[in-house]
Amino acid sequence: MPLVFVIPGALREFSAGRSEVRLDGSAGTVGDALSLLWTECPGARDRVLTERGEVRTHINIFVDGENVRYTGGLAAPVRNDSEIIIVPAVSGG
Amino acid sequence: MLLVGTMKGAFMLRADAARRDWAVGGPYFPGSAVYAMAYDTRSGRRRIWAGPNSMHWGGLLRSSDDFGRTWTNPEEANVKFPESSGAALKQIWQIMPGRESEPDTIHCGVEPAAIFTSRDAGATWALNEGLWNHPQRPQWQAGGGGLCLHTIILDPVDQKRIRIAVSAAGMYVTEDGGTTWRPSNKGVRAEFLPDKHPEFGQCVHKVVQSKQKPERMFLQNHWGLYRSDDRGETWTDIANGVPSDFGFPIAIHPRNPDCAWIVPLESDEFRCTPEGKLRVYRTRDAGASWNAMTAGLPQDRAYETVLRDALAVDGTDPVGVYFGTRNGKLFGSADEGESWSELADGLPPVISVKAAVA
Repeated sequence: MPLVFVIPGALREFSAGRSEVRLDGSAGTVGDALSLLWTECPGARDRVLTERGEVRTHINIFVDGENVRYTGGLAAPVRNDSEIIIVPAVSGG
Repeated sequence: MLLVGTMKGAFMLRADAARRDWAVGGPYFPGSAVYAMAYDTRSGRRRIWAGPNSMHWGGLLRSSDDFGRTWTNPEEANVKFPESSGAALKQIWQIMPGRESEPDTIHCGVEPAAIFTSRDAGATWALNEGLWNHPQRPQWQAGGGGLCLHTIILDPVDQKRIRIAVSAAGMYVTEDGGTTWRPSNKGVRAEFLPDKHPEFGQCVHKVVQSKQKPERMFLQNHWGLYRSDDRGETWTDIANGVPSDFGFPIAIHPRNPDCAWIVPLESDEFRCTPEGKLRVYRTRDAGASWNAMTAGLPQDRAYETVLRDALAVDGTDPVGVYFGTRNGKLFGSADEGESWSELADGLPPVISVKAAVA
């Protein structure tokens, strides 16, 4: 089973229009998994991470339903068949 | 053509030479704050630059060569801090195309306060290390809008001289093309500090320089309205007859170095037009006197705020003057401020206005 990335609408310009990107590979952490995604969809990287390598303040990443903000951030563990959802936070005005 | 940046996207207004009827295009980058735009005509270009910043996805520099029908959207963010800096881009505050003699040079002023320069028409960018590593940087304090480098002035004669302004670090000048920088704030008050005349730390809101007479500069400060007759080395208070010397923007006449426009605001706390009257003030004697220009502007319960980059002039004769407000109104004058008309209403809060003849 591959890793499954769920891509938000704003980033589909960089995933060839795909709402899901499935990638085979070994990733121990969220950071590892995202590195795989950047290889497939390089344009998504700078939209999700700052140049400090941190997840942008108003972006949430869920791994198998858990917000990684509370489970270790980019160091949070993933399985090789995890579902990783990138979603803009409910912020604005 | 007017390039209008708002808190929720950019708009473009176009009119013929009479500048009476304006067609509104946009929004471009809906949802993104656009603090900076520029029109680049060097080397035969007709390129619009914009620095949209999404609350979610961050910011980068984008451009259009077809008046907004299509925009570049680089995969990799173009204006970004090197890893060694430990910083991350918060906002692009200013886009300044280089001189005619350097058609592929572009500068960006950003938050946190820094200047980036591209020498290849925007393809690659480099952080100005001289300013980034300035020994006074640790003492710079952020203003209400953040620690932003919001003004870049390329001296029209001295090719190596650039003046920048940072809120709230004051103005810095380089005379060697950007390698070294020194503070340049003599005579400018810092009302919010115990030492009212520090070497640096002033909250400069906007600075302009005459192209015809480069010695002449004007400055709208966070409290204080100033003129310089020596390229900004020293500053003299010229708040003569204005309802307040607080305000954000200032614009200078493209040909008459004695003429400038401001929009005074009431007090540090309120920051709206005094007495609920929307008044642009104009000087034609280098600040010895200022006259309210109100024809066509609301004078009753008009509590407006015009931000530092939301006042612009075009290069035509007579000069067109334009400004936008935080309440989403856009006004224009085709006769140097003698009379005004509302060009647009109901826009998102306006944060930048640039005028160009395309």
